Amino acid sequence: MTATLDAPERVAVARPASVARGYRFELVKLVSQWRVRLLVLACWIAPGLFVAAVSQQSTLPVDTLFGRWMLATGWAGSLVILGFAGLYALPLLTSLVAGDVFAAEDRLGTWRHLLVAVRSPRRIFVAKVLASLTVIVVLVAGLAISSVVGGLLAVGNQPLVGLDGHLLSTGDAAGRVALAWLCVLAPTLALAGIGWLGSVLLGRSPMGLVLPALVAFALQLCQMLPLPVAVRLALPGYAFISWNGLFADPAQLSPLLIGIVVSLVWAVVSTALAYVVFLRRDFTSATLDGAGRRAILAGVLPLVGLVVASVVVIAVATPSLGSGINQDKVQRSVATAFAHLYRLQTGELNRPDVTEAQLGATAACNKGGGKLDPVGAGNDWRCVVSWHLPDTPAIGQAIYQLDLTPDGRYMADGDGPKEVNGYFLVHTPIGDAPNPLWQFDGNVDLLD
Amino acid sequence: MARLAVRAREITKCFGEVVALDGVDLDVAPGQIHGLVGPNGAGKTTLLGLLLGLAVADSGSLEILGTPIRRALDAPEGVAGFVDGPGLYPSLTARQNLAALVALRGPGAPTAGIDEVLDEVGLTDVADDRAGGFSLGMRQRLGLAAALLNKPRLLVLDEPANGLDPTGARHVHRVLTRLAADGTSIVLSSHRMDDVESLCSEVTILATGRVAFSGPLSKLAAENRELDYRVITSDPPKARAIAAGITGLALAGDEDVLVVRTLVPALDELVIQLVRDGIAIRELAPVVSPLEAAFLNLTDQQEDDR
Repeated sequence: MTATLDAPERVAVARPASVARGYRFELVKLVSQWRVRLLVLACWIAPGLFVAAVSQQSTLPVDTLFGRWMLATGWAGSLVILGFAGLYALPLLTSLVAGDVFAAEDRLGTWRHLLVAVRSPRRIFVAKVLASLTVIVVLVAGLAISSVVGGLLAVGNQPLVGLDGHLLSTGDAAGRVALAWLCVLAPTLALAGIGWLGSVLLGRSPMGLVLPALVAFALQLCQMLPLPVAVRLALPGYAFISWNGLFADPAQLSPLLIGIVVSLVWAVVSTALAYVVFLRRDFTSATLDGAGRRAILAGVLPLVGLVVASVVVIAVATPSLGSGINQDKVQRSVATAFAHLYRLQTGELNRPDVTEAQLGATAACNKGGGKLDPVGAGNDWRCVVSWHLPDTPAIGQAIYQLDLTPDGRYMADGDGPKEVNGYFLVHTPIGDAPNPLWQFDGNVDLLD
Repeated sequence: MARLAVRAREITKCFGEVVALDGVDLDVAPGQIHGLVGPNGAGKTTLLGLLLGLAVADSGSLEILGTPIRRALDAPEGVAGFVDGPGLYPSLTARQNLAALVALRGPGAPTAGIDEVLDEVGLTDVADDRAGGFSLGMRQRLGLAAALLNKPRLLVLDEPANGLDPTGARHVHRVLTRLAADGTSIVLSSHRMDDVESLCSEVTILATGRVAFSGPLSKLAAENRELDYRVITSDPPKARAIAAGITGLALAGDEDVLVVRTLVPALDELVIQLVRDGIAIRELAPVVSPLEAAFLNLTDQQEDDR
């Protein structure tokens, strides 16, 4: 049975598989999973169907930003989906894809097999990251494109009312909607980085799989707390909120850019940590000993350090130690939005057009009926808006109750007079239409 | 002089404070099927992992197919196999699993045909079924097929017969025997002594990270101490009486089945006397195989030494 090799043969050195081949291999594995296929299908179909269905209803999701405009323009539906995606869909998607891409090999017991086939842990890591990133981008693109298509088909391509009440042309709306979706890729990448880190650190433990979703949930909780702006901006999920600033005029870019930079830094740092931990892993040992301690040392501590460093840098570079919400900002924001929306209402009622300058709207706001210091979030803000009525020396006044959240977003609810903001609908020459001054959403720039 | 497929000298490998391999020597000739046996935790999987290049030894030297291994994942072309299961992706079909591996290796690497290896391991009929629905035995065979894709010159297999039914086991044996006949060296670990005995020409017994024995099976039998043999005869009482009179024979068993513990010379003496007295020998076989007995003896002894 035994043969001999008398003449020494040259044995070729086995070369590692290239990153491109590893990437295709990982992509094939990911796409072959029913879970991933269902996610792709859901992301490319469900948003469009949802937007189209909601746009046919009389009851709109007014609690969600831009929800009240879903009957008016097809672009609003995509922004409603974007708001929902930042809260739930994107953290869950990144959990299921990035949080599992390394852990799956632990679960299936295929690490050794993969190492023998690829012969380079570095290339395995890069291939896995790129493949899971591709799937995540495809999912996000599906959410964006599907929701836009659903909205445009169901409602149409009309101008969009911005967060300060000004009207965005259809082209401008399209550009800003696309930009908003691009912006949320940054925090999505940060969550993906956390997912890769958890997947590498925790192996087959379910904690690795759900880590991005848990982190996103914790970040959302933090955003609901009355934290200083510097802390708020230093958290990697802030860009899930700060895209709102794109829909103001001028755009509130500072919080958005800071949020994106912080998210990208988180993405890089957590991915780098995952890379280091992955390369140090001993694949000949079947068990992951000391995973809990290692998770704290290699994962939690550096990221906590990153938060602290980010807070310090942001606090030094910007005026951001307070809540970012004060009386002057609220008054300016409410007055601006009112003036824009008043023009909109004027147009609906077929009255002669007026300009914001002619209206000269101002707002006088207080908190807690004037008994509280007018700073910070709360649902006890009350504003009296005054404006010059066109062609008369009289001053018009309207009252709004504001529910202002710590991230600067508010909903202004009209509290009279009824001719201005008392009714949900206004009678126009072509029938009833939603009254833009009845309730409106706005956004206070925390770094203004 | 024939170059060895595996030449390991004084290999030591530790995981923290645990010494997995302690001064292990191993020689595997080209075309040889070499068995690796030992109790759980003996270091078999670690040694197989080193042969596959998954890790590098802490000390000692290891040459695979004439290439010194100095770094992890530095094994030369022509080394294939699996440790700790065949490592397959359940969401892919058998054919897709193999096709993905072929694509991963790239166009320049020597690769056997997918249909060819599926046929060789007897999985052609289920080639387009998802591996997730395969039995353990089918997964083992698919893992073997994946290894065969590389046209291996050294095949490293961890428990290849695990989960195989007798037909599957025979199929795998045929494949391994054919590979060895073609010059492929095979190192396999197994807890099934009958597999090792029927397949392997040489065996290495590991116990607590050390080599308790390494060499041909025949040498193992010759070096071995007393074995238990079951002797079924036409006249059990008389056979028992004869056995009792032979020096170096210990008796056991019941009235119908005689079991003797002895060395080969005393067993020969018993057979001669039974035949001389006209007693028919209907069965004479070791209660446990020589390899298993040796395995138990050697490993027990090493445990005692510790």
